[in-house]
Amino acid sequence: MHELQITERILDIVLKHAAGQKVDRIVRIHLRIGALSDLEDEWIQRYFDYLSRGTVAENAKLAIVRANAVMRCPSCSSSFEVGREELASAQCPDCGERELELAAGREYLIENMEVL
Amino acid sequence: MSDAVRLIEIKEEIHADNDRTAKALRAKLEEKKTFLLNLMSSPGSGKTSTILKTIETLRDRFRFAVLEADIDSTVDAEAVAAVGIPAVQLRTGGFCHLDAAMVTKGLEALDLDALDIVVVENVGNLVCPAEFDTGAVRNAMILSVPEGDDKPLKYPLMFTVSDVLLVNKIDYLPFSNFDLEAMRKRAMKLNPQMEIFEVSARTGQGFEQWASWLAREVSDFLNSAPGASRPAIGKFLSISRC
Ligand SMILES: Nc1nc2c(ncn2[C@@H]2O[C@H](COP(=O)(O)OP(=O)(O)OP(=O)(O)O)[C@@H](O)[C@H]2O)c(=O)[nH]1
Ligand SMILES: [Mg+2]
Ligand SMILES: [Zn+2]
Repeated sequence: MHELQITERILDIVLKHAAGQKVDRIVRIHLRIGALSDLEDEWIQRYFDYLSRGTVAENAKLAIVRANAVMRCPSCSSSFEVGREELASAQCPDCGERELELAAGREYLIENMEVL
Repeated sequence: MSDAVRLIEIKEEIHADNDRTAKALRAKLEEKKTFLLNLMSSPGSGKTSTILKTIETLRDRFRFAVLEADIDSTVDAEAVAAVGIPAVQLRTGGFCHLDAAMVTKGLEALDLDALDIVVVENVGNLVCPAEFDTGAVRNAMILSVPEGDDKPLKYPLMFTVSDVLLVNKIDYLPFSNFDLEAMRKRAMKLNPQMEIFEVSARTGQGFEQWASWLAREVSDFLNSAPGASRPAIGKFLSISRC
């Protein structure tokens, strides 16, 4: 699995944003991960702990919010959220359409970080 | 004062770099008029066999090459080279997927001006390759009958990013409890625009239909004005802002 590669990207990005900001250490990083991701929070944190040693991000906690997937109805244009388990059985709440488009669900967004 | 926690806004998408690289590659492929097909599946579901059979069916019409992403082996690249088709072995370094940078690098070994289609055999894995845009013009996936009809439920992302699904090893159907209709419904739910073909890379069943779909996609691409080709389904999902 590619937890390692994803974690490296997270670390690169937060260190880039910390540079030149007089950051002593990064305390917490807020991430938003889409419902379609198969990565395990626990493994992302473990890899992060390993990779971040000796950097200002050492000991930072990853606060991960799992975002629901968003589906869009091509018939009536309404958008609505669905959990991972409902993806295959989703139905438009407004018009009952079953052929829906997936509008969001695979994001890996670094929202912000708390620093000292 | 210095121990007050401050908040630094980041708002960066982790895949943004890869998405940019993929976009640049697609632009280059449009300019070079080379169709890139990204083929994904579990290990052993029949990627190499399907590639060989597809080449056999269409080699009179298009000039092919193959990028192989085997982990630590050149077996598949050798099988392709043995039928006289240029094959490049990608060094994936044990990676579980290909990304756009690796594919871009692999294509440097090929003369794109002399090619119509490059098929990428991605790493055998139904999870990770689905997350990384390779820069392909179309994404194809294989689900083979022995794997079971529940795979759309277990690996939804793969089904949502694929433009076409090949249900391979269809010759095993009489010996299995694979429910084709149930699988079809599950897959269509995730991705109503997906094309589905039932094939057997062993007997050749279904290859006429699949090959004619592919030939039409490639012809449309080769004849389209730059920027005019229909976006791949997977690109719906490259979310930068949502
Ligand atoms: N019966 C049957 N066997 C098949 C079919 N397609 C492939 N096979 C067999 O399945 C095995 C795996 O096929 P490959 O083409 O090597 O599969 P692959 O996805 O490239 O495998 P990896 O590269 O190792 O992930 C081989 O023994 C093939 O002969 C098919 O349609 N029917
Ligand atoms: Mg193979
Ligand atoms: Zn609707």
